[in-house]
Amino acid sequence: MSLTLQNVSRVVDGETWINEVNLSLEPGSFNVLLGRTLSGKTTLMRLMAGLDRPSKGKILMNGVDVTGVPVRDRNISMVYQQFINYPNLTVYENIASPLRLAKMSDSEIDRRVRETAEMLRIDPFLDRLPLQLSGGQQQRTAMARALVKDSQIILFDEPLVNLDYKLREELRQELRALFKARNCIAVYATTEPNEALALGGNTAVLHEGRLLQMGPTSQVYHQPKDIITAEMFSEPPINVVPGHVSNDEVTFDDTVHFRLNNDLRSLSPGNYQFGVRASHIGLVPHSDDDLELPVRVDLAEISGSETFLHVHNPHFDLVLHLSGVHEYQVDQNIKVYFPTHKLYAFDAQGQMVHSPARMREQ
Amino acid sequence: MTQATTTQHNRSKSILTEQAPVVSIADRKAKNATLRGRIGLIVYVVLLLLPIYWLVNMSFKTNTEILSGLSFFPQDFTFANYAKIFGDPTWYMGYVNSIFYVSMNMVISLVVALPAAYAFSRYKFVGDKHMFFWLLSNRMAPPAVFLLPFFQLYSSVGLFDTHIAVALAHCLFNVPLAVWILEGFMSGVPREIDETAYIDGYTFPRFFVKIFIPLIRSGIGVTAFFCFMFSWVELLLARTLTSVEAKPIAAIMTRTVSASGMDWGLLAAAGVLTILPGMLVIYFVRNHVAKGFALGRV
Repeated sequence: MSLTLQNVSRVVDGETWINEVNLSLEPGSFNVLLGRTLSGKTTLMRLMAGLDRPSKGKILMNGVDVTGVPVRDRNISMVYQQFINYPNLTVYENIASPLRLAKMSDSEIDRRVRETAEMLRIDPFLDRLPLQLSGGQQQRTAMARALVKDSQIILFDEPLVNLDYKLREELRQELRALFKARNCIAVYATTEPNEALALGGNTAVLHEGRLLQMGPTSQVYHQPKDIITAEMFSEPPINVVPGHVSNDEVTFDDTVHFRLNNDLRSLSPGNYQFGVRASHIGLVPHSDDDLELPVRVDLAEISGSETFLHVHNPHFDLVLHLSGVHEYQVDQNIKVYFPTHKLYAFDAQGQMVHSPARMREQ
Repeated sequence: MTQATTTQHNRSKSILTEQAPVVSIADRKAKNATLRGRIGLIVYVVLLLLPIYWLVNMSFKTNTEILSGLSFFPQDFTFANYAKIFGDPTWYMGYVNSIFYVSMNMVISLVVALPAAYAFSRYKFVGDKHMFFWLLSNRMAPPAVFLLPFFQLYSSVGLFDTHIAVALAHCLFNVPLAVWILEGFMSGVPREIDETAYIDGYTFPRFFVKIFIPLIRSGIGVTAFFCFMFSWVELLLARTLTSVEAKPIAAIMTRTVSASGMDWGLLAAAGVLTILPGMLVIYFVRNHVAKGFALGRV
């Protein structure tokens, strides 16, 4: 069972919410839709589900056009960001509801409901009403209802956003395990790059209704096609520094320049935007060709055992992601080390023209 | 370590108990405030219920006693007034008629308003907001405006003096109100529940009856109550559109005025019986009405 979107657009009140998306999802795959709020993740999912109709384009399931087929006649499940259950039915009946409508025998329903509930560890609460449960348990109930039937597509629309951190980690791991055994298409929308990385599988990056890049998660992470994807798929966002490449040198500004190394040799002279991940800049040099950069501290954001150090020099701002606690005064002058062999280069249109050699191998 | 803390704890406890009982000023003030509040409420309720008490009081008195002067309790306790109402079909049929058309009106209003309210709450269509307001503005017109058209229309189609005539006429006022109230309750149900139901495989009618209606139970209760209230107390249309067969109790009550004077006791008894159904209905929907108030739609 594969799902294919062909040139799918959705226009609402003259505003384009989804713009010419082409996408193909394979059975047994776990797909993450990554994008900021308003990037069109939910809209795209609703189109996949058949809750909304695309203004243009086709949706194929197994090669069969299902564009106008109502959601009831497609075999899908969906879990929303809000905890959506039928408040007037018990947890048991909530989970059983799709099976009851499929006219399954009572014994089969009972077996499946108990099995799924056990899997999601809500079996002690089957007789309660959803509102008598905690948020995590409510969302598990919604998930159980989505998983109990053998749907071909399971859509998760930021299901863990409204849960606390600990629960989120826990459920995320469980989810991955649950899907390993299934041969259905799972689609999971999230705004968090780290969540996409943790979930693995494939990642599709959405921005302003457009699909920027789709591929195996690590590939998208290490080989972002353009600057927006690179910015979106890193937390904190990748640092972007404008620079100029001449025949033998890279110049960031009058004072900062370095010789073209082997890695960057292939770049033709011209103006580029250089991207460097926040975690790659260090306070001590890691290799001989690291560039020493005098900067001024704007803010040291200490979150637990990590520090996000915001610094600037006269021409650009940088964010450093450091492990450990590093305290600095505002406006303190320090030196940071810039890894010249870990640079991404983007051309004037924002397309990636170079990625670090080390990353290309992965 | 644990033991040490326990003894410490016990010691501090004993110190506390040894001290003389302290009544704080704040406590005393709070007590006074509750007392004042109670007195205020009692006075308010007494004032509020006085007329109703007087009505009940009168209904157990004879006419001579009512006219002879002030008495707080019936001196000459009698059930004669009630006996007269329950013994005379022309009297008690008034109640039957009223209840009949009021129930009919409640059912029609709900059956019509439920789908309409669902449409207003879930779909966007051209002029939906204007239509919603227009519906409500129907309620602003005084019933008397519609009196003549209704009378003429019903007479010509042979609906005059039937229960359905009154029930339909009252729908003009009750359906907009019902749509308004129900829409509020329906919009409180997340749209995702509808979608989840479709994803699970519900058809629309099945979803509506099995999932949706139970979710807006209180809304339906509140709506039914308001339809009842309007239809039950509305006199003008009900009286004009009926003559014998469907005559409402309020119209029959005017019979207590005769050439020989007013039958006060009988009128009071009829009044008491008129209040009873309302009290019953209110008892059943009291919790739901509170919810409706919270939604700001009632």
